[in-house]
Amino acid sequence: MSRRWRNRLLGLLVVAVVAGAIYIPVLRERIRRAARLQSQSIEQARRELSQPLGAAPGEPKVKTILFWASPEEDWELTSVTVELPLSRDPLVRSKQILNILLAGPVDAELRTLPPDAALLEFYLLPNGTAVAGLSESLATSLPSGIMSEKLAVDSILRTLEANVPEVQQLKILINGQESETLAGHLDLTGTFAVRASAAVAAPAAPPAVSAPPASAAPAPQKLTAEPPAVKLSAPAKKP
Amino acid sequence: MLHFVRSLSLLLLTAGLLLAGAMHPQASPPSQQSAQTLVPPAAVPQQSSPPRQEPSGLNVVVLDPAHGGTDTGARGAGGIRESNLVLALTGQVRAALEKQGFTVLQTRKGDDGPSLDDRASLANAQRNAIFISLHVGSTGLPGTVRVYTLPAPQGTPPLAGALLPWERAQAAFLVMSRKLADLAQVQLSMRFKGSPANASAAAVRQLNSVALPAIAIELSNVSVQDPALLERMMPGVADGVAEAVGSFKQVYDAELAHGAPAIQPAQGSVR
Repeated sequence: MSRRWRNRLLGLLVVAVVAGAIYIPVLRERIRRAARLQSQSIEQARRELSQPLGAAPGEPKVKTILFWASPEEDWELTSVTVELPLSRDPLVRSKQILNILLAGPVDAELRTLPPDAALLEFYLLPNGTAVAGLSESLATSLPSGIMSEKLAVDSILRTLEANVPEVQQLKILINGQESETLAGHLDLTGTFAVRASAAVAAPAAPPAVSAPPASAAPAPQKLTAEPPAVKLSAPAKKP
Repeated sequence: MLHFVRSLSLLLLTAGLLLAGAMHPQASPPSQQSAQTLVPPAAVPQQSSPPRQEPSGLNVVVLDPAHGGTDTGARGAGGIRESNLVLALTGQVRAALEKQGFTVLQTRKGDDGPSLDDRASLANAQRNAIFISLHVGSTGLPGTVRVYTLPAPQGTPPLAGALLPWERAQAAFLVMSRKLADLAQVQLSMRFKGSPANASAAAVRQLNSVALPAIAIELSNVSVQDPALLERMMPGVADGVAEAVGSFKQVYDAELAHGAPAIQPAQGSVR
């Protein structure tokens, strides 16, 4: 091979390496974007498959008490009473209640849970222990802090306490897994007492809730969450 | 020819390395990878032992600036980071406590992030001590302060003199923790208008394994537009905490004189 051809080949290789170096970041960005889209669609599919109904239009309307944050009331929880058609079945009713709570008040300041959080699964064991599996957004979108995390969990506990007497204690899972904390502060390794939640939320040693009974597993339901039957805005009365 | 082969090898190696990087878009940079796999977890800063000549009565305060390292904690507008703020706050609280004669230990002194268990281990190695975890939250009325203890446990709490499960060690010290929390909340509500009069209960993970009277204090909040507001709170918080710990020492020492088990666990009793 002549020196001329060697130089040409070398030049060609240099051009190829430079072109590759320019193109590789573009390629990496495309791969990253594709991975993100894929994970989003998986999350979306999970939500659609597991999302139960918000309220059951066929059922008679009952008084439903929801607990939201109240910046005017020293950032304590405040209750609002609305009339909603809820199921009599405690499992279905719990799911309905939590979905309505997650749908949240119109006023963003009253929210205790991030708007993109979703209930992925919910089980109710015969001993009154409920297991609520929430999406990762609950942990990642919730503002970090003891107060904000306490408000989030307490609003769930007190809302369940007020509307589903069968639920005695609650275990919260994030994305199907036990999490050490909610967003860095509040302990999620134990269960929370629901019936005593008006006083405090007390985590205790977790019960043996590895595999819920098949009968407690939620059946696939309608995929789209329905809006609450009434407009939820200002709190009506204090707890 | 040899020169050409060397150049070609070098080019192919460069291209290979670039392509290898492209095939692993999720991988961490090499510096991060080695930090994750080779460097041992950040050790709890070495502290000088509390003076042995003062065995009786409360004399040690373990301050825990929350978060640190890769965990920045709450983040606010203008780049406010909870991990930095609590470190500055800890310095001021430490100075106020040392003025009162307490020996003060810190679970971290720099921007490292010891694990929750490491922090609890440091605290549990002390006798006649209390534990205070310092936080700055994301919500709440700006310029207010809240003090937290763990809530009452479900079932029978373990006894302090007995073996304590690591994750439930605090349950045996809750009575004293509440007294400390109430004293701190009173002092802080006097200094910061809008703060609640009574301490709150929350399942703060950091407090679970601490076998000492333990509280968490949270300032509100990182969402303020002007970080100076939080910095201006620090001397007041430091004074309030020092005042409360001084008052609590009287309660603690009186309980200790009566041999109250909930403040004197047997050595090595936490498992």
